[in-house]
Amino acid sequence: MSAAAEIQLIAIAVAIACALPGVFLVLRQMAMMSDAISHTVLLGIVIAFLLIGSLDSPLLILGAASMGVFTVALVELLNRTQLVKQDAAIGLVFPALFSLAVILISRYARGVHLDVDAVLLGELAFAPFDRVTVLGIDVARGLATMGVILAVNIILITLFYKELKLATFDVGLAAALGFSPALIHYGLMAVVSVTVVGAFDAVGSILVVALVVTPAATAYLLTDKLKRMLVLAMTIGALSAISGYWLARVLDANIAGSIATMTGVIFGLVFLFAPDRGMLSLALRRLRQKWEFAQTALVIHLSNHEGKPSWEHERRVEHLSEHVHWEHDFAENVVQRAQQNGLISRRGNELSLTDAGRLRAQEALVA
Amino acid sequence: MTKPYAVEVNDLTLAYHEKPVLWDIDLVVPEGVLMAIVGPNGAGKTTLIKSILGLLSPAAGRVSIYGKPYEEQRHLVSYVPQRGSVDWDFPTNVLDVVMMGRYGRLGWFRRKKSHDHDLAMDALRKVGMEKYADRQISQLSGGQQQRTFLARALVQDAQVYFMDEPFQGVDATTERAIVTLLQQLRSAGKTVIAVHHDLQTVPEYFDWVMLLNVRRIASGPVAETFTEENLRSAYGGRVAFLSHAANGHVETTIVSD
Repeated sequence: MSAAAEIQLIAIAVAIACALPGVFLVLRQMAMMSDAISHTVLLGIVIAFLLIGSLDSPLLILGAASMGVFTVALVELLNRTQLVKQDAAIGLVFPALFSLAVILISRYARGVHLDVDAVLLGELAFAPFDRVTVLGIDVARGLATMGVILAVNIILITLFYKELKLATFDVGLAAALGFSPALIHYGLMAVVSVTVVGAFDAVGSILVVALVVTPAATAYLLTDKLKRMLVLAMTIGALSAISGYWLARVLDANIAGSIATMTGVIFGLVFLFAPDRGMLSLALRRLRQKWEFAQTALVIHLSNHEGKPSWEHERRVEHLSEHVHWEHDFAENVVQRAQQNGLISRRGNELSLTDAGRLRAQEALVA
Repeated sequence: MTKPYAVEVNDLTLAYHEKPVLWDIDLVVPEGVLMAIVGPNGAGKTTLIKSILGLLSPAAGRVSIYGKPYEEQRHLVSYVPQRGSVDWDFPTNVLDVVMMGRYGRLGWFRRKKSHDHDLAMDALRKVGMEKYADRQISQLSGGQQQRTFLARALVQDAQVYFMDEPFQGVDATTERAIVTLLQQLRSAGKTVIAVHHDLQTVPEYFDWVMLLNVRRIASGPVAETFTEENLRSAYGGRVAFLSHAANGHVETTIVSD
């Protein structure tokens, strides 16, 4: 396999593996917990490295991941004292553990692969040089690691889909039915931690957050079905990985940075143009509602005065500017639209209701 | 041997930071009653339900459902939390939420079957929501949200139903529909325990009542328990009784804060 293909495959595996737990983090409003975990696992990596003496052991991943779970526990412990709010607790815990890791690296682990640049940004471009043999096949170590993590994530989320959904939507019911929300919560956090440690080599500690949070947040704008949201998040992650790789090639830039940028670009496009929840369709809907509302107001106004002594006075177009306080142009526009929709008819400056207009006024007043 | 009570609570005390929220609660609820838990704000009504269901850990006391601890009797109990306790923007539809009521019977790992689907549709029919099965939950009105939660409780097919303010923020029609449903449950021999706010409707809707204000003021049949004296002792000065003669008999309007 070519180096380029291998790098892209690693990037795709990282993106999909991150997007899966990311969906549940976003729905649980815990997106920033992934930021905390992605930083503190560094302390786990350093400690595990100092104990094991190697960066390649699978034990290192589990040891480092346990630091992620420890972070979550520490945040919750602080939060439970009620002296510190959840977001402040996150902000207290992770810089403390992260800075400890930075000190340990500079003091004891200088000169090994663990340098601060790699930690922050990852070294995806060098991934193909580090090779292992799995079942007699020679592959990049990163691909093997992320392949396993991705498979585990897919299996776990498929297996516990029902439980994750319930505990995310309604913690109280989950607990009452005997599905321990704490167990599910820490299980999910363990998955996030292992994924983040695995993704560390490839994309570093800061950009991994983009891969966890952004595809999920993007998918949330596109669907209101949980299963579809999971599939969309994975797809968006994979698209970001591929397009990010080629962007890096074109710009001759850092690959991880380009991938994270692409997650942001895709989010931005969806944010603007999503069919239902995008800004553009929201704006169009508001505009349409504005005109619809004005036409309804007009027919209600006319039907209130129809057949009364005030009728001749109230039915005039000028009256809309004088007493309803509509700008002249706006009033003309509303009248024209209402005419086109067959709600009113107009002779000179005098307006009359049609049957359709009367019906519309009636319906609006009932509802 | 006498039949055990549907719910029995002994010496239940629960505190937040050493401040008692529930103080030595004793309560027995016989099978087949429709019971309101009433009391002023901060009386611990929701807390009581949550501690019975093991969602909060009490400092002391014992709870049993049909004579056994809650953990052994989960399948006999159904719980309707307050509507506002969940995120209604969650990406799912009405049928799916109702189906969640079946998860307890399914247990870990097992997938829902068509049988569960049929039960969920039945429950939706009972609350008049079958037309909304595919509706996104974010598009429901307050009353529809409450009906969805009720349908979810019904598919649990329990013996004891705990409901936290089932009438909160619903219109008069929905309120009537919910009351009818609760009374049907009672007729079927189920026990229903609901946190309730409107003192005025207690005698009409319920046949059993508990007055709570951190401690248990009184509990028992409405006719004997829902007295002015007990209400005054639960609400202190925060309740007023406005008596007026109407149609030849005296009606009393109860007003609380």
